[in-house]
Amino acid sequence: MYKQQPRQMAAEDIEDLVQGYQVHRDVYISRDVYELEMRHLFTNSWVFVGHESQTPNKGDYYATQIGDQPVIQVRHSDGEVKVLHNRCPHKGVKIAIDREGNTGKFFRCPYHAWSFKTDGCLLAIPLKKGYENTGLDETENVKGIKPVGDVRNYRGFIFARLADEGISFEDFFQGSLSSIDNMVDRSPEGRLEIAGPPLRYMHQCNWKMLVENQTDTCHPMVAHESSAGTAVKIWESLGNPEPRPPAMEIIAPFMSPYEFFEDMGIRTWPNGHGHTGVHHSIHSDYSAVPGYFEAMCEAYGEDRAKAIMDENRHNTVYFPSIMIKGPIQQLRNFIPLGPDKTLVESYIYRLVGAPDHLLARTAMYNRMINAPTSIVGHDDLEMYERAQEGLHSEGLEWVNVQRLYPGAEEDFSEEAVENGTTERQMRNQFHAWAKFMTATMPRRTELQGEAGQ
Amino acid sequence: MLDEGRYDEWIDLWLADGHYWMPLDYKQTDPHLVTSFLYEDLFMLKLRVERLNGARTFSQKPKSRCHHVIQRPFIDRTDHENGEYVTNTSMHYIETRLDDQFLLALTATHELKQVDGKLRIANKRVDLLNCDAAFGNIQLLP
Ligand code: FES
Ligand SMILES: [Fe+2]
Repeated sequence: MYKQQPRQMAAEDIEDLVQGYQVHRDVYISRDVYELEMRHLFTNSWVFVGHESQTPNKGDYYATQIGDQPVIQVRHSDGEVKVLHNRCPHKGVKIAIDREGNTGKFFRCPYHAWSFKTDGCLLAIPLKKGYENTGLDETENVKGIKPVGDVRNYRGFIFARLADEGISFEDFFQGSLSSIDNMVDRSPEGRLEIAGPPLRYMHQCNWKMLVENQTDTCHPMVAHESSAGTAVKIWESLGNPEPRPPAMEIIAPFMSPYEFFEDMGIRTWPNGHGHTGVHHSIHSDYSAVPGYFEAMCEAYGEDRAKAIMDENRHNTVYFPSIMIKGPIQQLRNFIPLGPDKTLVESYIYRLVGAPDHLLARTAMYNRMINAPTSIVGHDDLEMYERAQEGLHSEGLEWVNVQRLYPGAEEDFSEEAVENGTTERQMRNQFHAWAKFMTATMPRRTELQGEAGQ
Repeated sequence: MLDEGRYDEWIDLWLADGHYWMPLDYKQTDPHLVTSFLYEDLFMLKLRVERLNGARTFSQKPKSRCHHVIQRPFIDRTDHENGEYVTNTSMHYIETRLDDQFLLALTATHELKQVDGKLRIANKRVDLLNCDAAFGNIQLLP
């Protein structure tokens, strides 16, 4: 894949693209902006890699990418999960070829058999003699497979920051980690496990459209009328039979009226994170699963069990590129492949120690809402792709995210809870976007200084 | 039938407790505790069909079309006594909408049952050759 050098831009050029209540269309359609995102945004922020249960045993690895960087998540011999660049330090061959597997005690490059420990350190080179007196020891290459800048395993979820220096994990996520906590606490053993491969859904649109849509509460009743609305109609035409078909339980709440979404609330945290469903959500009215509450009470005591289960957050966005659904143990990873191409991977997790029925519901939700064969997914993808095309129109340059905008002094430095139909969380994301895009970008004066030298 | 959009007639072929299953994983055995592309009961299939005809189904403006090219089915199991049969059909499925057209190679397994002298669909399973690939919208029924 040919990688274009982005046009030289100053931090101010990026900042100009996000103006309070509006975002310039270049943010979605420009190839230069996209390349700068890969170089800055996905490098300076903490990005989701995988779940530790994808690599449970020593030597287990899983190949994925952070932005456009191929990486390997691997369980090292000390039991820690490491994240390495998937690139041989010799001539660049990808070390992990399969999407996942077990490499044993070391990685061996399939090209010239340089071998590495599972933390990336160089172990051996065949015919090492040929490097005597060549100065190989002084090179970067001899250090082995390069690890990413920093890695954190937060309750089983692996995040990485590519940059060697930068914001700490805690400062980046702050209070937003409570959504991961709640998702994991829903297991009586406080542990989640991956359940099968993810759905992989290709979108011909910019990745940010997908992330934004996770807290867009004004579209379901419109865009999903064809799927959720039709489901409600069929059920009514059958005379509202009870118990509701399981599909109805999942799909019908999408047709809730505006008031439902207004009342449910949106919470935002600094650095672009936020969630819908503060007070209630489309997941609140799922029927109880026999044996589950009992198992939770036994593990946590009744009060704490109630508190965990009463939390029904809808979508939590972890900026820049994932969304989780605590009440149904799901994670969607939005992987950018170009300014107008995004791969969505939808994972489901088993609540260790809970009845299987919960996992069955999670699997059903995933195939009904997130599959390329899912009618609800079709509704959304149609809108994203139309937006991607529409934004090329010369008619207007700016995208409007002004709903419940309080004015230019809007402050994202503190946690806040607002009306559930606000577009504040989208503005929060773009505020963070500009911040992490420009964190290591030269300012205009520096560029002029360089040019003058 | 599906190629001609005669979905209502197709739905009528189904027995009430049947499932249309499209696994996500090669040789998948469990439809419940891991994800599938589809595992739909008759309610969901009806919903799917109704939706295709809906006035505000934006992803079907304009409508998709599909084409199934099937090889002569193999009969894997014959049970004349109970009127139960399992067939195995290789096919190529093409779906098109606007400028896009894609091809899926697949094997369909039909469980058929004779009820009141008519063959009905008890279950259908569709295994995609490239089930581990990433897809855009697959809107009709392979
Ligand atoms: S490219 Fe990996 S050993 Fe040569
Ligand atoms: Fe949606």
